[in-house]
Amino acid sequence: MTTISLAMAVVVAVLYSVGFYLLLQRSLMRVLLGVVVLGHGANLLLQLAGGPPARPPILDGTGDTAGLADPLPQALALTAVVITFAMTTYLLALGYRSWVLVGHDEVQDDLEDRRIARRRTVKASMGEEVEETGDEVGVDPGSAAASDDPVTSTADVR
Amino acid sequence: MTTSLLPVLPVLLPLLGAAATVVAGRSAWAQRAIGISVLAAVAAVATVLLVQADRHGPVVSEVGGWPAPVGIVLVADRLSALLLLISTVVTLAVLVYAIDQRIVDYGRRTASTTFHPIFLVLSAGVSLAYLTGDLFSLFVAFEIMLAASYVLITRRTDATRIRSGMTYVTISLASSLLFLTTVALVYAATGTVNLADLATRVADLPTGLQTVLALLVVVTFGIKAAIVPLHFWLPDSYPNAPAPVTALFAGLLTKVGIYALLRTRTLIFPEGHPSTLLLVLAAVTMIVGVLGALAQNDLNRLLSFLLVSHIGFMIFGLAVSDAAGIAGTALYVVHHITVQATLFLVSGLITRRTGTVSLDKMGGLAKRAPLLAILFAIPALTLAGVPPTSGFVAKLALLQAGAGGGSGTAIVAGIVVLASLLTLYAVVRVWVRVFWGEPREPLPDNDPDDELVVGTARTSTPMYAASAALVAVSVAIAVAAGPLSAITTRAGDDLVARTPYRTAVLGDGGAP
Repeated sequence: MTTISLAMAVVVAVLYSVGFYLLLQRSLMRVLLGVVVLGHGANLLLQLAGGPPARPPILDGTGDTAGLADPLPQALALTAVVITFAMTTYLLALGYRSWVLVGHDEVQDDLEDRRIARRRTVKASMGEEVEETGDEVGVDPGSAAASDDPVTSTADVR
Repeated sequence: MTTSLLPVLPVLLPLLGAAATVVAGRSAWAQRAIGISVLAAVAAVATVLLVQADRHGPVVSEVGGWPAPVGIVLVADRLSALLLLISTVVTLAVLVYAIDQRIVDYGRRTASTTFHPIFLVLSAGVSLAYLTGDLFSLFVAFEIMLAASYVLITRRTDATRIRSGMTYVTISLASSLLFLTTVALVYAATGTVNLADLATRVADLPTGLQTVLALLVVVTFGIKAAIVPLHFWLPDSYPNAPAPVTALFAGLLTKVGIYALLRTRTLIFPEGHPSTLLLVLAAVTMIVGVLGALAQNDLNRLLSFLLVSHIGFMIFGLAVSDAAGIAGTALYVVHHITVQATLFLVSGLITRRTGTVSLDKMGGLAKRAPLLAILFAIPALTLAGVPPTSGFVAKLALLQAGAGGGSGTAIVAGIVVLASLLTLYAVVRVWVRVFWGEPREPLPDNDPDDELVVGTARTSTPMYAASAALVAVSVAIAVAAGPLSAITTRAGDDLVARTPYRTAVLGDGGAP
């Protein structure tokens, strides 16, 4: 079992908290930064699994393994870095596409989900007689639906 | 134990095929031929692997010639060979459907530089996930699979698809990074990432640490498999993709998560008694999923919620965690991969005939498309588990395991029955709303309330044939229920005993 120093544990913890905080944001750019920071945290943790920092992962010919770092986690981290890098690029492309298509890069609410939720509330407040027209109620007040719909509101601003 | 190069082929062939389809980027027919023949070859290899694994024990391949705890191994035991076979068959049917849908939509000569390569890469990722005997390779397999799925779900984007794509990519990345964390912590604690080696070493760790690692594994794969508190991304993202892509994702991706959970829970963190946490998760998943399905008006979202609900059934078998429960889960996974993919393919056909996904606007389709009514009814009843179908066989295996597991599992077994009845209610309601009633004219494709763009009223025979072939596979599962459940029972015994896998990978030193 490998134990790590307090300083490194704190660094990893900070990277994870910042990463997850950014991941919970609406803007895809912040999500992207969150993935980058979180990826750094995970890779650092993977590195630390191979022993304390500043040790070489190379045998010096004497066959003495005392001061060596385990090379395997470094190889794993290398693979993980490449994967994280590729995903970061993909997210960037996705953010750009989103900006081209809808004018911003914010992750939207699920419209169908909102429609179902709204249909339930309207039904509850208006009693049983609207039951059969439930679908119209969800779609019909288009103005009410559109005003809290970020797609249209931001498009207007732009 | 058998050492051979066979387990490498299901990973290597699709990757080479993907490269070949890129090279053949100008010829649509060459791409189609490569895709179909590669997947057919993988299915043949998977059959051979299954027969070998069943007769002579796990087939092991040491990648690069390095022996087990140091190098990466690919292992095909009964469970992974069986799942590989059924997954490849489903992938092949979905590819035929997708090719034909592309012909109908974009013309006979339109080649694609992304679709065919990415489809094969996804298949390679799924194969690697089933076959790998190494925790880090499992991470890589998930990344290959997910990266391909990101591309498939965001191809031909519009505003809706980009929204669902973002949700899907973000949540998948979060779970991948959690997986990476798990790998790091497991390596720091044990000094190995080989699954067979981990089986011995994790048992020596302090109990608290074991629990932490086991929980991390449940959360990581729980997100990928869409277990209930972690399922929100699925009904949000799957329905917006094109029908074949949704079918492929629904059939395979969540089940790979279940497989990973099954493999790690049995091999590395065996409990030996029913797991309370998983039992609760299974019950909640079954109920929340099916109730969510009842509230939906969008056909694809309804099917997505049913998918979530049925993940709970598989978790239930895993939670029972004796040989019978594991065997039940394996059988259920085989049944569910087929039936869920079929339902989404048929839903794609329905959507094309009606021009909408909204159940309110459908009706009377049975008069215009009687074949479609039958094609939907059979997998729908199979999903609900009505007696002669494969769903009944799989659910019976789970219920028998649950009845033998103690009072806690018996209660959840009751919930299994309840969730099955609610599923039956949900699918029958869908069938009545879509196929009975006054016939309605198909809606035009540019219907503003409809979030999907589909080629209305344009379907072709091979699309029906591919769906019908999958229906036939699920009927065949029911017909061959005897031999199949014999195989899954042996697979369950293997997984619980753990010895066959460890001996196959590590040699005789692997025996406890």
